[in-house]
Amino acid sequence: MLHQPITKNYHDFIIERDPEKCIQCQVCVRQCSYGAHIYNEKDERVTEDEARCVGCHRCEALCPTEALTIRRNPSEFRENALWAPQFIKNIYKQADTGGVLLTGMGNPYPYPVYWDRMVLDASQVTNPSIDPLREPMELRTWLGSKPDAIEVEMKKGKPNLTTQFLPQLQINYPILFSAMSYGSINLNVHVGLARAAEELGILYNTGEGGLHQSLYKYGENTIVQCASGRFGVDSKYLNAGVAIEIKIGQGAKPGIGGHLPGEKIGKEISITRMIPEGSDAISPAPHHDIYSIEDLRQLIYALKEATDYEKPVFVKIAAVHNSAAIASGIARAGADVIAIDGFRGGTGAAPTMIRDNVGIPIELALASVDERLRQEGIRNRVSLLAAGGIRCSADVVKAIALGADAVYIGTAALIAVGCTVCQRCYTGKCPWGIATNDPYLAKRINPDIAHRRLANLVRAWGHEIQEMLGGMGLNAIESLRGNREKLRGVGLNEVELNILGIKHAGA
Amino acid sequence: MKKVYAREDVCIGCRLCEIACIVEHSISKDIIRAFKQEEKRPARNVVEECGPVSFSVHCRHCDEPPCVQVCISGAIVKDPATGIVNHIPEKCVGCWSCVMACPYGVIKRDTDRGKVIKCDLCPDRDLPACVSACPNEALLYEEK
Repeated sequence: MLHQPITKNYHDFIIERDPEKCIQCQVCVRQCSYGAHIYNEKDERVTEDEARCVGCHRCEALCPTEALTIRRNPSEFRENALWAPQFIKNIYKQADTGGVLLTGMGNPYPYPVYWDRMVLDASQVTNPSIDPLREPMELRTWLGSKPDAIEVEMKKGKPNLTTQFLPQLQINYPILFSAMSYGSINLNVHVGLARAAEELGILYNTGEGGLHQSLYKYGENTIVQCASGRFGVDSKYLNAGVAIEIKIGQGAKPGIGGHLPGEKIGKEISITRMIPEGSDAISPAPHHDIYSIEDLRQLIYALKEATDYEKPVFVKIAAVHNSAAIASGIARAGADVIAIDGFRGGTGAAPTMIRDNVGIPIELALASVDERLRQEGIRNRVSLLAAGGIRCSADVVKAIALGADAVYIGTAALIAVGCTVCQRCYTGKCPWGIATNDPYLAKRINPDIAHRRLANLVRAWGHEIQEMLGGMGLNAIESLRGNREKLRGVGLNEVELNILGIKHAGA
Repeated sequence: MKKVYAREDVCIGCRLCEIACIVEHSISKDIIRAFKQEEKRPARNVVEECGPVSFSVHCRHCDEPPCVQVCISGAIVKDPATGIVNHIPEKCVGCWSCVMACPYGVIKRDTDRGKVIKCDLCPDRDLPACVSACPNEALLYEEK
């Protein structure tokens, strides 16, 4: 073709195929769901349409001769500190389509990552470090509202606890799989998450898409979510898990609802979401019955009533400017657990402008919420979950030292099962078989492998957390919670240090 | 006996099993040489595909193999000790009777040599090449 639209020519990636190594086996052709690899039958050769490549690396991973390398397109616009290539390319796209830019996963821009500006302490000489391979090291965590004080009465010379506890959830690692709905990811991934959670003694979250019939048996390890669309919510669903999460917001798209297009509502998803096949699943931006903390309290207690006050109710909010005050309201509204999702949190689909410009870093939100709840003397009433951009076990440790009770991992879990964070989840064509319900692609997730890899990841992080705790001379994750003395900032200014509530390294 | 079983629910239709089979039964056992320098022979399994449904079909090493019954030259023999249905190329006359008799369609014609080829469960390996090549554990080698 002589003339091509500019968006086609200014593509992001190039596909390098080593002709010495390529055996024309066409594995790449079969694996690329975007059609970037093409088999030319006439010439009996595989060729490529680089404009279609999204940089997911599926072909590279499966090429049996390592003949493929996916690279950034080296073609460069004239350098300009203001007009970075993504702005130029986005304008071209929108000038072509007139549409809202869509994207997937979390905010990728180089905002400060505070995890990387905080370092941990370790014992030297004056206090002994502990070897977790030789001595007990407790990672077990209880989520739920704790009483202000406990009362003990002596009965026949033995102490007896008389305080009535609100429902508590015991988890073996301070790590939960965050909410990812059936629809945004497919059933195979859900099965993997559920089985891994069961094996590990942790919890996974259904997300807002309801709970597939086949997953009710993993109820002991399930948090069921109740979001603004109320998909798949009935009393059986609410009672299916061990906790209920009210989703107010999501870190990737604070203030924005969701929209699963009708084409994606196949039979199983339609049954699970309890909506007609082929109808759009629209989650409104707000819950239309929650316009205040008082309204939230009504929903929290309606859910508690529906579940006999046996299940803790979580409230998940996106990290935004006034998170601390909002969290205080949520705690007072009767929530047992508050999940805060930072602006790095992932999504199956969000408007690019929202994902990249709305919300605040989880580290700052978490520290300010924990501090505020302590100041108000209500920190014990809720457990705090930090979510959005937890990449490794050190991030978990830092989050807990900043005040979290546990963390949610979503993107990290997906990476464990193959995701390369190409950010094209919204197309529904995920070549790794994760963010897709196309039966041809969804088969690429073998639930057995997903289960094994997810369990491995959390176990590995568990070992590392134990090592870091031991190094600090702590023998239980409880002793780290909110223990900001164990953190020091590196290269942070006074304001940042104040918000994080930590000293600068050297101080 | 241990046989190769396909899991249709997780077969992704990549056909790496076929490629692994060709390499294992090549002279060099080197993937690039096998494909670029040696005469190409078909794989000994077939990946059947229709839309999202795909699975790899392998010789079942039947208890009463129709291929053995129809072979006019005694070139296909079931080993009573291992249960493996073996093909002896020296005896094969290329009449294709077994190809027609096989209910699974997994005996292939090697037209260059005028002989058939079939699965031998990779005698030089612990795990057949197709099974170890499957990226999604859709092939199982086990006793059922």
